[in-house]
Amino acid sequence: MTESNLTINFGPQHPAAHGVLRLIIEMDGEVVKNLDPHIGLLHRGTEKLAEIKPYNHSIGYMDRMDYVSMMCCEHPYVLAIEKLLDITPPKRAQYIRVMFDEITRLMNHLLWLGCHGLDIGAMALFLYCFREREDLYDCYEAVSGARMHATYYRPGGVYRDLPDQMPKYQANRYISEKKVKRLNYNREGSLLDFIDDFTARFPSLVDEYETLLTDNRIWKQRTVDIGVVTPERAKDLGFTGPMLRGSGIQWDLRRKQPYEVYEELDFLIPIGLNGDCYDRYLVRVEEMRQSNNIIQQCTQWLRDNPGPVIIEDNRYASPKRSDMKHDMESLIYHFKLFTEGYSVPKGEVYSAIEHPKGEFGVFLMSDGANMPYRMKVRPPSFAHLAAIDEMSKGHMLADVVSIIGTLDIVFGEIDR
Amino acid sequence: MDKNSNINIIKNKLAEFNLAFLDNQQNVILQIDQANLINVCKILKTDSGLDYSMLIDVCAVDYLTYGEADWITNDATKSGYSRAVKQTIIPDADETFLKRFAVFYQLLSISHNKRLTLKVFTTEINPPSVPSINKIWNSANWFEREAFDLMGIHFKGHPNLTRILTDYGFIGHPFRKDFPTNGNLEVVYDEDKEQVIYQPVSISTRPSVPKVIRDKNDRK
Repeated sequence: MTESNLTINFGPQHPAAHGVLRLIIEMDGEVVKNLDPHIGLLHRGTEKLAEIKPYNHSIGYMDRMDYVSMMCCEHPYVLAIEKLLDITPPKRAQYIRVMFDEITRLMNHLLWLGCHGLDIGAMALFLYCFREREDLYDCYEAVSGARMHATYYRPGGVYRDLPDQMPKYQANRYISEKKVKRLNYNREGSLLDFIDDFTARFPSLVDEYETLLTDNRIWKQRTVDIGVVTPERAKDLGFTGPMLRGSGIQWDLRRKQPYEVYEELDFLIPIGLNGDCYDRYLVRVEEMRQSNNIIQQCTQWLRDNPGPVIIEDNRYASPKRSDMKHDMESLIYHFKLFTEGYSVPKGEVYSAIEHPKGEFGVFLMSDGANMPYRMKVRPPSFAHLAAIDEMSKGHMLADVVSIIGTLDIVFGEIDR
Repeated sequence: MDKNSNINIIKNKLAEFNLAFLDNQQNVILQIDQANLINVCKILKTDSGLDYSMLIDVCAVDYLTYGEADWITNDATKSGYSRAVKQTIIPDADETFLKRFAVFYQLLSISHNKRLTLKVFTTEINPPSVPSINKIWNSANWFEREAFDLMGIHFKGHPNLTRILTDYGFIGHPFRKDFPTNGNLEVVYDEDKEQVIYQPVSISTRPSVPKVIRDKNDRK
């Protein structure tokens, strides 16, 4: 009697699938023989929608690409428009962008660490990571009014300057004065004070995560030598970001093709040696420490250098509300900007940044109109997920969960 | 390394092919003939002086309505704007013209820290097709499937050219310019049949902001 392979369906609604991923897995006993991902269940046609609305209207859609690292998705889109318009934002805006890119990187890696841990059996870590993420969401809220989908970056700078005070908790029937005082201890000053307080305690928190995982026997059994990718294959498969660095290739756009003010900042690029899940875990944890470092440098610079945060060219940036009260030109510029938008010179441009997951790029094509002729997003997770078949072959079914975790996929950007 | 020296290196290495460098502010865009695509890509990847070891992205573009606007602003300066918005006239899709579809490839060289954009027009019609470069860079696999799904470009020699982002059983290629933004079919729950059914969409496309093209000197 011969035994035939078993085909199983995994997802699309499965907590370990990190979104709406459907896998058709062909199994030989416990071993994966073939794995066919079905994606597109979250396809919203963002790129098509961008073709029928002015450039600025699509910034908010970019937040919804990778919905766990929102501002990093706005960044390449805004950079692409700036390249076509040939404008440069003020230095303070560039520092603010870099600071929020790094805050976003922490948010992304914290979510990744928590969920990856949860997937392979480390429950407590998830709670710790989300505790810290909450503070970072408060930073988003303080600066843009929205906890997730900020729409904060604009062509020519950022929407507004950093606030002088943080939103505070208030006492009510359920929260006593005493507790409110404890919750508000780091919210008495400005946003920068709040961030400084966070960055001062964050390294010790990362130490805490590491004591739970790095030398943990179960963690190592689940990740060491799982999903090994050689440097050559990593390049061939289009890996970027921590996936590429985990395989030992020193490649980081922040260092190699610097944008904004990364040239002026001091940070290190961690790389892995073996290209397995464990190395990618180590790379991402070290990246959190380096991001923390960058944020500290940015807050220091931002304290010392006040100034404008968006260009003063009224064709691309809204005039001040106070000017509009008495100046007719400003009123006209305001009206034209928010109804028709600005026309962008003809051309094609590709701009990419080092997104927490890898290289996030936007290919933008203009025919001279006030809306893009074609906009194409290059999502890092798309290339990573394409390799899941190759990475999982020959592993156990339980290892597929480890591999999905290490890929750090988010369906907002894969399906677009 | 500046842009011109980069162009010169590529020109030397690829002297035998018909190349056109497009003027662009930021990226180096190299336009090549479809017939040369495979050979050029092989050289770009394997030559140690070029070493474009990574294919970052594949993007298909439909040039059907390129440069057409809802409002002709230059005429309107003399005559004033009409209140109505003229719907962009989309030429008959069967009217075949060879320069309708192009594919852009974003290449990256890690060792030389350089980027290059390749542009190829599809020269065959119905279906428009280009050779697949999946054998040269494996990352092309899903990107080509995506371009096939959304734009209907056939990549000849692709191992599994199936739909990837659209629904099971979807008809048409949604990112083509003659495909309406609101789609053709919508999904509703039918109470009589007690199941989810597909039916023709009940909405029509209405531009909320008209597309206008303004010259450089128009507002300066």
